[in-house]
Amino acid sequence: MTLVLRMIAQRLALGLLTLFVVSLLIFGATELLPGDFAEAVLGQAATPETVAAIRRELGLDQPLVLRYVDWLWGAVQFDFGSSLAQRNRAVSDLIATRLGNTLFLALYAAAMAVPLALTLGILAALWRNSLFDRVANSSALSAISFPEFFVAYILIYILAQGGWFPSMARLPAGADLGEKLYRAFLPALTLTLVVTAHMMRMTRAAIINLLASPYIEMARLKGMRPSRVIVHHALPNAIAPIVNVIAINLAYLITGVVVVEVVFVYPGLGQLMVDSVSRRDIPVVQAVALIFAAAYVLLNLTADVISTLSNPRLMHRK
Amino acid sequence: MNKQLLDAGISRRSLIKGATALGAAGLILPAGYRKAAAQPRKGGTMRIAMGHGNTSDNLDPATWDNAYVQVMASTIHNYLTEIGTDGTLQPEIAESWDASSDAATWTFRIREGVTFHSGKDVTPEDVVASINYHRGEDSTSAAKPIVDPIRDIRVDGQNVVFELEDGNADFPFIMSDYHLPIMPSSDGRIDPSSADGCGGYVMQNFEPGVEARMTRNPDYWKSGRAHVDEVIMLPIIDAAARQNALITGEVDVIDRVNLNTVHLLERSGSIRIISVPGTQHYTFVMDSRVDPFTDNNIRLALKYGVNRQQLVDTVLSGYGVVGNDHPIGRSNRFFADELEQRELDPDRARHYLREAGMDSLQVDLSASDAAFGGAVDAAVLFAESAAEAGININVVREPSDGYWSNVWMVKLFTAVYWGGRPTEDWMFSTAYAAGAAWNDAFWEHERFNQLLSEARSELDETRRREMYVEMQRIVKDEGSTIIPMFANYVMAVSEAIATPEDIGANWTMDGFRAPERWWMA
Repeated sequence: MTLVLRMIAQRLALGLLTLFVVSLLIFGATELLPGDFAEAVLGQAATPETVAAIRRELGLDQPLVLRYVDWLWGAVQFDFGSSLAQRNRAVSDLIATRLGNTLFLALYAAAMAVPLALTLGILAALWRNSLFDRVANSSALSAISFPEFFVAYILIYILAQGGWFPSMARLPAGADLGEKLYRAFLPALTLTLVVTAHMMRMTRAAIINLLASPYIEMARLKGMRPSRVIVHHALPNAIAPIVNVIAINLAYLITGVVVVEVVFVYPGLGQLMVDSVSRRDIPVVQAVALIFAAAYVLLNLTADVISTLSNPRLMHRK
Repeated sequence: MNKQLLDAGISRRSLIKGATALGAAGLILPAGYRKAAAQPRKGGTMRIAMGHGNTSDNLDPATWDNAYVQVMASTIHNYLTEIGTDGTLQPEIAESWDASSDAATWTFRIREGVTFHSGKDVTPEDVVASINYHRGEDSTSAAKPIVDPIRDIRVDGQNVVFELEDGNADFPFIMSDYHLPIMPSSDGRIDPSSADGCGGYVMQNFEPGVEARMTRNPDYWKSGRAHVDEVIMLPIIDAAARQNALITGEVDVIDRVNLNTVHLLERSGSIRIISVPGTQHYTFVMDSRVDPFTDNNIRLALKYGVNRQQLVDTVLSGYGVVGNDHPIGRSNRFFADELEQRELDPDRARHYLREAGMDSLQVDLSASDAAFGGAVDAAVLFAESAAEAGININVVREPSDGYWSNVWMVKLFTAVYWGGRPTEDWMFSTAYAAGAAWNDAFWEHERFNQLLSEARSELDETRRREMYVEMQRIVKDEGSTIIPMFANYVMAVSEAIATPEDIGANWTMDGFRAPERWWMA
């Protein structure tokens, strides 16, 4: 067990380093974009004097390094500053509700997608090359092959215009869980359709791979039912690759759903990130990017811990 | 029967008059418009989805740059003046105004008894502070250029006096600009992050990029305005999502209807399309400093090579009107309807080519959908119609990203979008005056520039009209800008919404005033 704890501590330290590098990259990248906040906010109406005045007021005329150190000093004390566009609002305040919405949608979609993908994958492995396997494979692959917005529009056309679910997933303040689940159903379903194929195919492949192992053959020779062979003997050994794919897909559900957010008018982090980049609102971009990076770091860490725990060879290394 | 009518406050005479008018209206107007004549009803919640709005929006008037915040601002705030649905200037916080004979000193009388949502009275000091916020060395306001000509503002009893650097007969129009709301002040400064205003609705919740919720101001000074109890504004950028929200009844009003799919909305019986011919126009601009565009004959040949009606029918799906090569729209006060409409005429185009000493002409036309939706299609149609006159236009599709910095005012012949301005002077000074920053044709015309500065300080309306008509004629016949079409503001509303018969054309959404002027049927 100490092994796992040490691994977690090591990985978290490395994760912090990753976040630092990410913040450097993001800061540098936004600097490379043409124009800054002053020009972006004034747009067509920009005159040299007003641009200069805004830069002076927000300290954008300071050298790059100084601005970065300033930001970093605040960030290590968990003060991410205030948004350039809304000077009286702290970045953390701006992000809080949206982060909640994003996590809600991600968990909602994951709660549908992960069991569905695992079940389909196991069944497809069990009845491989059967009609079921083919249908499940081809429908999951076609769902992933369409662009997300197309899947979204099809669902809106069938389910929203048919009057079953709202086309806008806006969550009214103070809505109860049932209402929230109802309103966010279509975006969650869209995401489910988009991520299921990957996880299902990996489950199927990992299990089929193991089915050729001698110990499975042994189990079969003992006269065990195929379903029991797969669930009790093959699956535990297939956990590592499956968990890794699930982690990647969960991270995607948190960080990559801006298109779905736009189509369903869902106020999540993706839209905030896109708006802030186009406005060059660096404090917000930085904070959101760090959240995204942290999501990847933590989910990958979780996946690694689970695969280590599931593998005795790693747990009891000599 | 008689008693009931009296109770309802209608005399028999007015009932008969009303009935006739309604009957006549029924004959001329399409079915959807009859509802418009009904009496405004109080109450209800109006849900509006706009094609703009993002998480960077805020309450600071210096930064308002998209239709979402502009409509929101006009809902919670009042201005010194308001542009009426007929394009004339109406009093708002300013009860009346007067100019000195040179139009350089303007005195606005501030309405008494108006209060902010916080209960504070609107005073002349508030007006001064509200305008001063945009002026001065440290101003970060997008409105700085339009208030720059103000030399001094002072309070004089219940009046506010503006001293301008030069005469400007349209100055009261400028005071209706959406950047210049009247906000409460203390010690001569306004708080730009405050939502306090003196408009018809009180801000309850504003979550940028998500929603703005406003409730009716119970103490609103205007009668016959601000009918609904609650206004909810949502930014829905995706055109299909916006349309879906209207179809599925999630919202009552949408703006920026996608012209490619507007016929689908028309077909659904419960949705009404509101299309208003405004001042926004699409142009093809030629750099008048560079050959061959230095020769006005060449410019005229190109102008006669455009099939304007075809562009309106295809690129705008009919939701627009043909342009006459000047930037003044039909809703403008001094629109010159006496000028002959220019049509596609290959013979005349050929004639002007010969005048310029050419048999055929070869030019590149840069276009991108960043210039306006359908700009590339419009350029290709232009190339086809001009080919009949021996003009060979090579359409260059430019990248959308960076179009305004790398193509517009850089390449010689480009497609451009203009939002239009409420007054002739404002439009001409912005894009046609010699040396103006956005004079994208680099066009200089001595007589035009002379008329422009004379008309600016001319207070006699008849005389001004003559001057502006002459300027429109000059731009049409000698300008370096082809203006083939004016695009309508196209909105769609559900059956739940009723509107007045006249809808403002100075901006989208009834001059940004839909929440104040429309009501729930």
